[in-house]
Amino acid sequence: MTDLDLVWKNLFRKPLRTILLTVSIFMAFLIFGILTSLNVALDRASESGSASNRLVVSNKINFTQSMPYAYINRVAAIPGVTAVTYQNWFGAYYQDQRTSRFVGFAVDPETYMAIFRDEARLTDAERQAFLTERTGVIVGKSLADRYGWKVGQTIPISSNIYSQANGRRSWDMKISGIFTGAKPTDPTTAIYFHYDYMNETITFGRDQVGTITVVTASPDQNDQVAKAIDANFANSPAETSTVDEKTFSRAFLKQAGDLNFIVTMVVSAAFAAILMIVSTTLVSAMRERTKEIGVMKTLGFSSPRVLRMVLGEAVLLSSLGAVLGLGTSAFILTGLSKSPVGSNFGDLSMSPVVALSGLALAVSLGLVTGAVPALSALRMSIIEALNRG
Amino acid sequence: MSALIQLKNVKKTYKRGKESITIFDGLNLTIEQGDFVAIMGPSGSGKTTLLNLLGGTDRSDSGEINFDGERIDGYNEGQLAGWRARSVGFIFQFYNLMPVLNAAQNVELPLMLTKLSAGKRRANVETALKIVGLWDRAKHRPKELSGGQQQRVAIARAIVSDPKFLLCDEPTGDLDRNTANDILGTLQQLNQEMGKTIVMVTHDPEAARFAKRTLHLDKGVFAEVTQ
Repeated sequence: MTDLDLVWKNLFRKPLRTILLTVSIFMAFLIFGILTSLNVALDRASESGSASNRLVVSNKINFTQSMPYAYINRVAAIPGVTAVTYQNWFGAYYQDQRTSRFVGFAVDPETYMAIFRDEARLTDAERQAFLTERTGVIVGKSLADRYGWKVGQTIPISSNIYSQANGRRSWDMKISGIFTGAKPTDPTTAIYFHYDYMNETITFGRDQVGTITVVTASPDQNDQVAKAIDANFANSPAETSTVDEKTFSRAFLKQAGDLNFIVTMVVSAAFAAILMIVSTTLVSAMRERTKEIGVMKTLGFSSPRVLRMVLGEAVLLSSLGAVLGLGTSAFILTGLSKSPVGSNFGDLSMSPVVALSGLALAVSLGLVTGAVPALSALRMSIIEALNRG
Repeated sequence: MSALIQLKNVKKTYKRGKESITIFDGLNLTIEQGDFVAIMGPSGSGKTTLLNLLGGTDRSDSGEINFDGERIDGYNEGQLAGWRARSVGFIFQFYNLMPVLNAAQNVELPLMLTKLSAGKRRANVETALKIVGLWDRAKHRPKELSGGQQQRVAIARAIVSDPKFLLCDEPTGDLDRNTANDILGTLQQLNQEMGKTIVMVTHDPEAARFAKRTLHLDKGVFAEVTQ
């Protein structure tokens, strides 16, 4: 028998109590695992496809408001700007709006492909096809895999915003290519098609663009160029807000709110509650064992060794809950990343950093919850313990 | 015979609120190797305090406590814990076995403080349980054993690391007469056949008859010695 055997046996002295405590800790780590991984995926998604010398110009009111098409040339003329492209949010879905929505942008193929060549990787033939086919669309590999799309196939892409003059809400598009990301973990769940194809057929919002992407001569000029762009459109009916691409992507992905803040608050609340529950229960559990601790000390177990065993019990309990919670959240995340909503975040799988942070948190939780009973066991005199029990 | 334990001019006072209660004011005691001493006396006479001092679970205010030629009253907590593990076997009135461990595991507890191999530990546990006649109950948990059997397991735990000295606090106080006599017989056997030095606190004159001598303690002073 080792100290660990003894710790394990003591931990399961009252199985129901231990199971309930483990479930509480499991829930906290389940929340931690899922929310933290989502946040990490969000960070990763906003970083992928972002370049340090790129800015995004959008309507100052909100990026869902459009800007006149004429802005493109005016932005391109601003000193420090080396290239521009533009895109319109399409509200795209395939067949069923409830279950198959995805990111869809109407873009200017030539300028778009020039700027985003690395982020949307195509073969030369695919790129050429996209540039020349008016109804051409390039689709991300994840989406293509999900719906079984093939190059050359014509698919109906619908919009939950726009409609055509004939009343149809869908546009027939021919798949020119299937793109992959710069890294395997980059999300490839979007489609890009010709702005002109959309602009000529929609019943409202013509000659408007959603955002303009600007390439600057160097990142050092970003601030200066951004200020110049916004100053150029000050006091106009559509004032602009120009930010770096990463900031814009993050804001776009976080439309639901400040996820960092939400994650921190929810995880903190969960852990504070668990800390109270586990700590109180362990104190009461140790009180029940006062006499046994006295006996162990009488037999010759040193006070530091008893302290280590009590702390070990708390750490083992929290680690058990954490491993189950993190394991389950990893399983759920894998399932979620295959769902239409989850796939927009790219690779949702739990990163080693999140898993290790979770385990470190579990050890800390164990040490904190075990501190009070362990210190009380350390200080307890043998006579007091044997008389009290 | 040589002295195993010697108490010289031991003083012990307890504080209860603002009041100081003197338990011993210069107690002297010598226990020889291989002795079996019963300590009797009314409640409050200092029996338990004496047992705590002899077992190194409490400290005297002054005076000397020697064990096998070694002065232990100056030991720190860690040294005392090590000394207890090496030298003393404890037998309590209410057995004090760990409910989550079976009989063999309970007996093995003191061996966790040694550097013996797992095989040697198992052999020692088997020997100890065979001595008390409970090897066939090795896998039973305390709640599956009778009071007498639990006390036998406690005795096996006390002797498993082969200490010279056994301290028994009312070892038969919770048992019926026949079972008590069995337990006392086992202690007597350990004393006579294995040379264990035993100090036993008891209220029971029948139990005291199993000892080689009885010391009567009253108000912190040995009043009478019965051979």
